[in-house]
Amino acid sequence: MIQSEMHLREDLWEAKEMGPTRDGFGKGVVEAGKADERVVVLSADLEESTRAEWFHTEFPARFIEMGVAEQNMATVAAGMANYGKIPFFTSYAAFSPGRNWEQIRTTIALNNVHAIVCGMHAGVSVGPDGATHQMLEDIALMRAMPNMMVISPCDAEEGRKATIAAAKAGKPVYIRFGREKTPVMTTSETPFEIGKANILYKIQQSDCCIFATGPLVHNALLAARELEKEGISVAVVNVHTIKPLDEETVISCAREAGAVVTVEEHQVNGGLGSAIAELLAKKHPLPIEFIGVQDRFGQSGAPQELIEHYGMGVKNIVEAVKRANGSRN
Amino acid sequence: MEPLTDAEVKSLVERAQAIRATVIEMLVAAGSGHTAGPLGMADIFTALYFHVLNHDPKNPAWPERDRLILSNGHITPVRYAAMAHAGYFPIEECLTLRKFGTRLQGHPERERLPGIETTSGPLGSGLSQASGYAYAARMDSRQFRVYCIMSDGEQQEGNTWEGAMFAGKNRLSNLTAIMDRNNIQIDGMTENVMPLEPLREKYEAFNWHVLEVDGHNIPQFIAACEEAKAIYEKPTIILAHTIPGKGIKEIEFNYKWHGKPPSKEEAQKFLNELRTLGGKISSEHQ
Repeated sequence: MIQSEMHLREDLWEAKEMGPTRDGFGKGVVEAGKADERVVVLSADLEESTRAEWFHTEFPARFIEMGVAEQNMATVAAGMANYGKIPFFTSYAAFSPGRNWEQIRTTIALNNVHAIVCGMHAGVSVGPDGATHQMLEDIALMRAMPNMMVISPCDAEEGRKATIAAAKAGKPVYIRFGREKTPVMTTSETPFEIGKANILYKIQQSDCCIFATGPLVHNALLAARELEKEGISVAVVNVHTIKPLDEETVISCAREAGAVVTVEEHQVNGGLGSAIAELLAKKHPLPIEFIGVQDRFGQSGAPQELIEHYGMGVKNIVEAVKRANGSRN
Repeated sequence: MEPLTDAEVKSLVERAQAIRATVIEMLVAAGSGHTAGPLGMADIFTALYFHVLNHDPKNPAWPERDRLILSNGHITPVRYAAMAHAGYFPIEECLTLRKFGTRLQGHPERERLPGIETTSGPLGSGLSQASGYAYAARMDSRQFRVYCIMSDGEQQEGNTWEGAMFAGKNRLSNLTAIMDRNNIQIDGMTENVMPLEPLREKYEAFNWHVLEVDGHNIPQFIAACEEAKAIYEKPTIILAHTIPGKGIKEIEFNYKWHGKPPSKEEAQKFLNELRTLGGKISSEHQ
């Protein structure tokens, strides 16, 4: 059952309220800009689709158009952060951090300056644009980097909160956002703290724990409810911060359940599932199943169609829970 | 600004030689590192740290200091040596270059040594960082200048030109870039590896004010830095023509010295050459 202290929307099952997580960025960065005049936003010729435009309208003097030059955008942001500004730099995740990885590594992460990499249009749910624009390796890229925090909001409201929190982080941050409208599950009352995973759904004694990140948290909840009807009790944890991972919550939930499924719209190599597996292999080895893209590139299609095709639908999660459960000793 | 007196010029020239000697000693002690670039830039680093920059070695985080962004981090020995001579840290610490636990990393890191403005080594990203810095400082009407030292080889990096485009578009007149135009890179002469010329025209086309100087003529370089401050509508780049390995005849213009240090025996010979100004004077160390 939904944990009441999470203050989730009551209509979340019907997904009545829909919105893209990038809208959360657009709103959040305006709020962050109001709260702190050091906040600036950089755009690589994509201000409308990244929602950087909303900040541009509100704070024209603090919006910087970079043109189609993501390597320059990252390094200009590094220089601005080094000076003392709080730059959010925005593009599609395929290009930033996709193309400018080394610049981010050296001039932001190693320099340890407070710049925020905002990667939009992550995942196959970008849809018709196809594989080139469907970033599926960004979590892996950014997670491997010392000093870098990695956040993947589950919905537009959490995207807003993550953006506001990132403005106060004082360290390098990567946030990934999606293009497509996805169900809004959380409310302004839902807790959000970087590095603190949220247990959204839980039954007295769970048989399996699903650790999910990004908009697929909704599919994880739907799967849990379906499994509950079949008599399998499942906990669902929203791991919005992949780094630093909330080790305490992950270990305690995993230990209680005895089997784990990870869910992410990312390659299964190097993402949330890898982070959880690395931790549990060391601290509490148990059966684990990975929902995500299985070492393949995406393709054109409708977002929902692609989610299903690449094995990240509700049905896939239900099956994975059963497999994980069946593998326990 | 008043022209330099003869005594001031002499003092700077001697300082540059002393910094070269420190560089040789550092590289021998380290057993690895780049030789030609640091020696070729000794005059410019001397001019910067002992005349051009508004800075305080005892207070490296002074908010009003001029910022010196070193893009081609591999020539950092000469920066360390100049900083030590200027009083940022004891000259003896220079001998820890590249050793375990040192603040003097093989390529400079901002968080390790106060006074290093940014971490660098991977080429082509310094100009953009300096531009971002200058842009941010101008937003707040700050008065300090941002200097960026680049190599010529890194003009082959696309990121450099993205940065040049950004600085030109935004008329970052508080930015002075300095290019070490020494014509060598690891695989040979720049014009053979991947031609860079015409550099003046390229930067002019990117809306920069371009100056060219003899990078070993300290008064000329200082005058160019002064002129840059008077250019209000554009960033300025000083193309500093230098001789790689300047001061040591055997190293000068020899690209094989780009990325290796001298042996102990070679170092003794080179230090002697520096201290006697190529045999022109006798040395107390002989």
